[in-house]
Amino acid sequence: MNRRTALAATLGLSLSASFTAIALAQAPAGKVTVVTSFSKDVTDPIKKAFEKAVPGVTLEVQNRNTNAGVKYVEETKANNQVDLFWASAPDAFEVLKGKKLLTAYKPKATGIPEKIGSYPINDPQGFYFGFAASGYGIMWNDRYAKANKLPEPKEWQDLAKPVFYDHVAIAAPSRSGTTHLTIETILQGEGWDKGWRTIKEMAGNFRAISERSFGVPEQVNSGQVGVGIVIDFFAFSAQASGFPVKFVYPSVTTVVPANVGIVANPPNKAAAEAFIEFLLSPTGQEVLLEPGIRRLPVNPTVYAKAGADYPNPFTDPRFQKMIGFDVDKSEGRSAVVDTLFDQLISFQLDGLKGVNKVLHEVDAALAKKPNDKAKALAEEARVLVAAMPVSEAQAASAELRGAFTGGKQKGARQAEVEAQWASFARDHYAKAKAKAEEALQAAK
Amino acid sequence: MTAIPTATASRRPRRIAGTPGQIALALAIAAFLLMFLVLPVATVIYVAFTEKGTSTFTLVNFYDFVRTELFMRSLWNSFYVSAMSVVWASVFALPLAYLTTRFVFRGAAIVQTLGFLPLIMPPFVGAVAMQLFFGRNGSVNLLLDDWFGFKIDFMEGLNGVIFVQSVHYFPFILINLSAALRNVDRAMEEAAQNLGSSGFRLFRRIVFPLAMPGYLAGASLVFVKVFDDLATPLLLNVKDMLAPQAYLRVTSIGIADPMGYVISVVLIVASVLAMWLSARALKGRDYATTQRGGGGLAKRVMTPMEAVFGYGIVILILGLVLAPHLGLLLLSFATIWSFSPLPDAYTVAHYGRVFGESSVYIKNTLIYATIAGGIDVVLGVAIAYLVLRTRLVGREWLDWMATAALAIPGVVLGIGYLRTFYGITLPDGTPLAALWITIVLALAIRRLPYALRACYAALQQISVSLEEAAENLGATKARTVRRIVVPLMAGGILAGFVTSFSTAAVELSATLMLVQSNSDAPLAYGLYVFMQSAAGRGPGAALGVVAVILVAACTFLSHLIIERSQKAKGMGH
Repeated sequence: MNRRTALAATLGLSLSASFTAIALAQAPAGKVTVVTSFSKDVTDPIKKAFEKAVPGVTLEVQNRNTNAGVKYVEETKANNQVDLFWASAPDAFEVLKGKKLLTAYKPKATGIPEKIGSYPINDPQGFYFGFAASGYGIMWNDRYAKANKLPEPKEWQDLAKPVFYDHVAIAAPSRSGTTHLTIETILQGEGWDKGWRTIKEMAGNFRAISERSFGVPEQVNSGQVGVGIVIDFFAFSAQASGFPVKFVYPSVTTVVPANVGIVANPPNKAAAEAFIEFLLSPTGQEVLLEPGIRRLPVNPTVYAKAGADYPNPFTDPRFQKMIGFDVDKSEGRSAVVDTLFDQLISFQLDGLKGVNKVLHEVDAALAKKPNDKAKALAEEARVLVAAMPVSEAQAASAELRGAFTGGKQKGARQAEVEAQWASFARDHYAKAKAKAEEALQAAK
Repeated sequence: MTAIPTATASRRPRRIAGTPGQIALALAIAAFLLMFLVLPVATVIYVAFTEKGTSTFTLVNFYDFVRTELFMRSLWNSFYVSAMSVVWASVFALPLAYLTTRFVFRGAAIVQTLGFLPLIMPPFVGAVAMQLFFGRNGSVNLLLDDWFGFKIDFMEGLNGVIFVQSVHYFPFILINLSAALRNVDRAMEEAAQNLGSSGFRLFRRIVFPLAMPGYLAGASLVFVKVFDDLATPLLLNVKDMLAPQAYLRVTSIGIADPMGYVISVVLIVASVLAMWLSARALKGRDYATTQRGGGGLAKRVMTPMEAVFGYGIVILILGLVLAPHLGLLLLSFATIWSFSPLPDAYTVAHYGRVFGESSVYIKNTLIYATIAGGIDVVLGVAIAYLVLRTRLVGREWLDWMATAALAIPGVVLGIGYLRTFYGITLPDGTPLAALWITIVLALAIRRLPYALRACYAALQQISVSLEEAAENLGATKARTVRRIVVPLMAGGILAGFVTSFSTAAVELSATLMLVQSNSDAPLAYGLYVFMQSAAGRGPGAALGVVAVILVAACTFLSHLIIERSQKAKGMGH
């Protein structure tokens, strides 16, 4: 394996060269390794532009999904070879920061405001930095929508309407950091109880709950599913590739930064800093406008070079109205929210859809012939579906958190809590279905 | 670790003692498996036996498993899906294997190769292509809906998983059964014919039973593989099966959750159990045939009616099982393919991009899969030999250990390798786990059971008296193995190598955890990277096609070699 030996030799040389360089002038050189969840279509143009802007440095990209990336950095910390972590979901960076796996840094780049929408762009302690923004919304396949006579959705609630039954896809929030933020946004925007009700009413129309963030846009792009709940650039880059898809931001949404941070104890700190400076520089920001990427730059001046229909979160009034997102609140209950979603929705989807289908039939019957008794029964069923096994206060309690992280004090185990929630959901959906069928009888 | 006294040995006229060479070999294999399989997995699995947050030993996690409705439902679903997949895989594989080995069948090598292709369904792109063809709004259903106003749920729920899995894994049965049929002695068949047996009765009573080791080797692989597979259920959004449950929990972050590892333990136990049962089924029967002179079934010429029928069935089955690949091929040339029976337009641009950027992936894959396949057949032959031909104490443990590798989720193995080998550094400071050879070892370990089953079945069909004859004539054990055993096993070894090689070439889960740099990455990683974006779908499919062609070429080559060697021995027509 001559190639390998040669590679190792060059690597060794360039590494020692870079150390000398740091010692002498702090000029970045050598190899800088980044672990990222971004696709090749995002990283390739940025790698090219970066290597052009900072000659002498090569960017080594390791592609892993966000969760695997966090696990990887954690497992290899004893002998860390990674310089940067680069991904969308801010909570992944919170996890890394909490485990002391990031290095603080103060970027020199100018022209970037404190906040985008109502979300702070950078971590207040300086452990990670927003370089692009993304909002959450709804994308749909136009051909599919025409064939199935679907109207254009505008709000989350629209997706709960009977016409969307079996046409909607989402990624599991426990698997997709961005979907987790979407769910959390709805919970914070509408409140715990009303928020969960909205989510469950939408979920009653779900076709599929995917395990990969990209699974949702893929299904919408290919037309297997009509509508997907996604982060905006999935739709924008699909449009740029020619897929017949459209996208809308609902009014309860948020815009959050995608981030980059330096891993603790990086092998090539100077080059890592150079990469961050590049990403935040106007040149780096402009790369984000490329068709394969289509993310929202965090430097407002860059939008002058974007097309007229490119959404601008700094001027577009929709983004100014977006709700304030409480990161601490989200962080504190994230495991609970994800597990609630899994136990009440992902693993009980058949039960939930079963009730919802009957309720849609009741609605159709009531539209033809109003009936107060049926209406009341249907509402009872809806209340049963919406019921939650834990209140907002309980979700953030130390007791429940202990069950998920393994606390010293003996409380319920995670498996027990999950089993309780699962049977809660099963019982409630069964009772709700009985009520809904009663309502249907009355309405007919 | 020497010989066992003759009390048990007397039941069968087998070798009694282990020579020092055999003992050394067994110890070396055990050391290898301990180092690269048991240790890394154990570092992860021990979580299943500890209390969360502390490291106190406990069995409460297993109690939780049994009490959780979701897990028990998943366990049952996994058994059901695996068993049904074996049934359907047999339905696809039996006619192909029988027709191509039993008759003078033009293009037998091509049929064998094409029939092997489904096994090399590259991750992600394969599923996308299948959805585009058979999905709810795939080509078939859009046309059905257009013409007849109904749709078929090929890809829905558990039945969808069974459909995809039996198409995907039936080559395990095909390849093992074909190798076994080729080894059935013509003399047996002729004897039966002389006694008046013919047609289906001949097949049912003589031919098939003699090929039983091959069939069971394949069937048990299908069962265990389906039981352990997570890609297919996940991509079809079926979650209440065991492997997806384990995967979902192991890879969730921020939750130091033992349940994922508990499920892994259950998976491993179930796989070993299935393999043990299939070994049980063969126990106490002798499949070996001594007379090798006329080896291989007598090839009959089909009557015209039989030919029409035979080719008809072969084409039908191949059409069904190759539809996903046709979909993949279309996708690789498609510009946009969305909610329509066929793509909007065609282009070759995707191939341009793949060849421009990805030759390193292809080269790495060839290197990695070849080495991994090589390691596998060497270990496979050695373990099979030790288990079947010696009476070393604990030899079966080697078999169980190697087999258990089948059930270890790739992620678990990947994390285990990182945990075990990342702390070990080479003189220049790079961690051991960062070297590309670690990827090869992970691939070899994950694929070892395939090669092992094939070698095992091949050796079961060779009578021990051939070796005894060689030794009586003065050959040493080593020489006997080299000159008698290995050549006679050639078909099985090749089958094992091809299976290991081709599936290693598309393995993703362990690879993803261990790849440290783009220049070391294999093809599956390249696919994964492409398939994360809308614009990457076409190039991803193109790379998938390249992978399939690559592996198919290797398979075809190996079949040519088998045919040649049979002809050379004067067995063909």
